[in-house]
Amino acid sequence: MNGLEIRLQQRLGDFQLDVAFAVPGRGLCALFGPSGSGKTSVLRAVAGLLRVPAGVVKIDGEIWQADGRFVAAHRRALGYVFQEASLFTHLSVEGNLLYGWRRVPPAQRRLGFDTVVELLGIGPLLPRATLSLSGGERQRVAIGRALLTSPRLLLMDEPLSALDHAARRGILPYLESLHRELSIPSLYVSHDANEVAHLADHIVLMDQGRVLASGGAAVLLTRLDLPLAQFDDATAIIEGTVALHEHDYQLTWVGVGQERIAVAGTERPVGSRVRVQMHARDVSLAMGARRDTSILNLLPARVCGVREVGRAQLLVRLQLEDGQTLLSRITRRSGATLGVHEGLSVYVQIKSVALIGA
Amino acid sequence: MADYWQPVWLTLKLATITTLVLLVLGTPLAWWLARSRTWWKDLLGSLVALPLVLPPTVLGFYLLLLLGPQGPVGRLTDSLGLGTLPFTFAGLVVGSVIYSLPFVVQPIRNAFEALGERPLEVAATLRASPLQRFFDVAVPLARPGFITGAVLGFAHTVGEFGVILMIGGNIPGETKVLSVAIYDHVEALEWTQAHWLAGGMLVFAFAVIFAMYRLQQRWQ
Repeated sequence: MNGLEIRLQQRLGDFQLDVAFAVPGRGLCALFGPSGSGKTSVLRAVAGLLRVPAGVVKIDGEIWQADGRFVAAHRRALGYVFQEASLFTHLSVEGNLLYGWRRVPPAQRRLGFDTVVELLGIGPLLPRATLSLSGGERQRVAIGRALLTSPRLLLMDEPLSALDHAARRGILPYLESLHRELSIPSLYVSHDANEVAHLADHIVLMDQGRVLASGGAAVLLTRLDLPLAQFDDATAIIEGTVALHEHDYQLTWVGVGQERIAVAGTERPVGSRVRVQMHARDVSLAMGARRDTSILNLLPARVCGVREVGRAQLLVRLQLEDGQTLLSRITRRSGATLGVHEGLSVYVQIKSVALIGA
Repeated sequence: MADYWQPVWLTLKLATITTLVLLVLGTPLAWWLARSRTWWKDLLGSLVALPLVLPPTVLGFYLLLLLGPQGPVGRLTDSLGLGTLPFTFAGLVVGSVIYSLPFVVQPIRNAFEALGERPLEVAATLRASPLQRFFDVAVPLARPGFITGAVLGFAHTVGEFGVILMIGGNIPGETKVLSVAIYDHVEALEWTQAHWLAGGMLVFAFAVIFAMYRLQQRWQ
């Protein structure tokens, strides 16, 4: 079977871990949930760092744990990025990168040393001592170190959470390009909805040791019954194809179905697949296609769900003509005025759209 | 003159051999004490720490009984054709190893405990086997503990007196180490010789401790 198959049941401290899910063996799967929901335990069990009796961990049909078999962590072809970079302080940056690299037989190396170093922009750091690095640099080295073992599966445990806001923004593009350019399936633990929206292809939602839902990121992000849609900065992901660069205005048009969405100008070639992100609070609704507005992005859609959030607001789930979904957060007052209900045809006005990995 | 240097040379030889033996035996012991979860680890831990509080004469007394011709270890060594250990240099090494054990094991154990799980887990996810994790990660990261342990073990053995007197006696060139020589000189009212040896010890001990502190500062 292709992909990652996980079944784990164990009492851990004061809660019961009880998860079973299968995710595709490609792309990035986010394990998302509040602190203490058991995400890290799942990751550690997949890595073989936590021994869950009678657990099952299989990757592409290969058994890492099942039926009394337990492959030791160091015999699993995985890369693990910890929350704190945890670099070896007795080794230089280069020594850290080479630590796993030299243990992988040359025939099994799928990523070149120079490729990884360049991708993460850590070339100038190679001779440095680890203690002299900034938080963001450390985490980039830790990611590089994990990648250099040519893992079949990359496990990342909130790799950005120990970083400040600026460092986080600095490292996200590296994660995105990693994701784009290397096709290493990853399991990514996070409790940051924004990170998940940026990176995830697939989401496993966890709460109190259980799986609430598991599915494609675009769908789960907009499901009104799940916590992701209810965050203040709830966001939707739309996939499209670069259609046109409007250089005069520094705009790029992304084709979505029959429609086009304008985003800030980018270098991506025409025809490449991209993901754009739009926050629910930046999406408003109109009954007609008004062109006398400063808003460029105006798309026909159909209401496919409405849910109250708090006393004054509504969260509206909308489906574009090609089936992709997005969210709009409006006041209850506006909802009443427009008569918003399921099945209603509307136009969505999107004030701000961000191209992911621009 | 040869007479004069003999105890010094013997003492350094004893301390060096004892330290090496302790590093070899103490490292796995410290590792186990740092990482085991069994309840009886504290039992062994206490046993290791015993020489810290026990008067050396008590230790020496029991060692004498144990290693002597009537003791179980003595009978064993005798039947193996090795003779008995008391009043030999080998006997001193055995006594010193036990006497200085906590001074070597404790710092190394503390250093291993301070490492925590993380570096070893990281190494495991980087394909390092348990043995490689130990030698490539745990030992280098615990280096300050090894330095402290080695220095303390060495210095403590140099200053040993009670145990040696009990099991080694006073045989020149075989068991007459510095501290015993000083004692002898004082007994014989040879103050000048006692001064030289005692003063030398004082300077040596100070230099060792000072160098250790400097080294640790450098590595922090």
